[in-house]
Amino acid sequence: MHEFRVQVGPAAFRIGSAWARPIQMLAELYRAYPTPAITDYSVRLEPVSPMRRYLRPSVAIKGDYILPDAAPLPLTQALLAAEMGMNLQMALGWRRHLLLHASAVEKDGKALIMTGESGSGKSTLAALLGHAGWRFMGDEFVLLDLATGEAVPFPRLISLKNEAIAAMQKRISADRFGPLMAGTPKGDIRHLVPPVDAVQAMAIPARPALLLFPSFGFEAAVRPVAFSEVFARLTQASTNYVPLGEDGFRTLTRFVKDVPARAIDYRNGDEAQALVHSLWRELA
Amino acid sequence: MAAPQVTYAIDKDAALMIEPLDLMTAIYHRRSGITHIVAEPIPQILAVIGATPETADVIAERLAAVFDLGKDVDAATEIISARLEEMASLGLLGRHYA
Repeated sequence: MHEFRVQVGPAAFRIGSAWARPIQMLAELYRAYPTPAITDYSVRLEPVSPMRRYLRPSVAIKGDYILPDAAPLPLTQALLAAEMGMNLQMALGWRRHLLLHASAVEKDGKALIMTGESGSGKSTLAALLGHAGWRFMGDEFVLLDLATGEAVPFPRLISLKNEAIAAMQKRISADRFGPLMAGTPKGDIRHLVPPVDAVQAMAIPARPALLLFPSFGFEAAVRPVAFSEVFARLTQASTNYVPLGEDGFRTLTRFVKDVPARAIDYRNGDEAQALVHSLWRELA
Repeated sequence: MAAPQVTYAIDKDAALMIEPLDLMTAIYHRRSGITHIVAEPIPQILAVIGATPETADVIAERLAAVFDLGKDVDAATEIISARLEEMASLGLLGRHYA
């Protein structure tokens, strides 16, 4: 089995693969990241059956935590399989922080956190801002420190989907991108390597200063969100709120009361960035 | 034989964590690990209820002393009585039979 190890924020992964190519691609895209000696989680990319290693190769995602019903992916989508495997370990296994399904960027030691459904644009917005004067902290998970309430980065590869791919290709040089994976279960996907400063500073937390609930595709608007709605939505956006028990409750209620929250609608990246900048000046 | 009188008291073992948010209040119930998001009069009931078991009437009187329950005291008592039953069913309060 081919192997690759990578440290992303506080989490260390070992990724094993029956095929060499996915490991070469991971090593290339994660070349700026540290290699941990000891890992927290294992992810394995295995053929669904011995024959399928060679014949119409098909990747099953295995690891410390698995989804029994997860459909295998074609070998051309092995990078997506690796990413899904890493996300799954975090979502089901991580207990050291309160984990929010959200993206985040940092400026002046303060974090802007964005959460919403898939398609809300939180990942694209974090990628845009992360290349426009902010430090990219992550596009999938934000980890809240249970003692300090600070946001801890998890800057894995940025997972761009569909229209966001072309939008970012206009701004960033081609050598920062992974291969285009067309027609995956999540649509077209192309990974983008986070900016160098994001990786270098991935051990540095930031104080949450603004929470946004973006919605893509609507006329520009800003709405306040009540504490109770923020609380309810974040319990839904957290994969480990329930198992963390009292620590989760304490961390989340503190976050909800300390961090101003707004819902924003926007039609394109420029509009979203303008809204973000004005809300940041006003509230953060 | 008369039906036993139902009384309610704080369940010390449940050790609730109560965080007012806005119109809603988040309550963490340590014994079950469940978070409840509740509206009034639940936080108000929790604020006036003690460790000594008391009837719904007594608890309603105590609430009336602090909050304006309106003119129809019987209707208010009925509502409070229903909420007390729900809270006891959730384990947020202890239910006792005198």
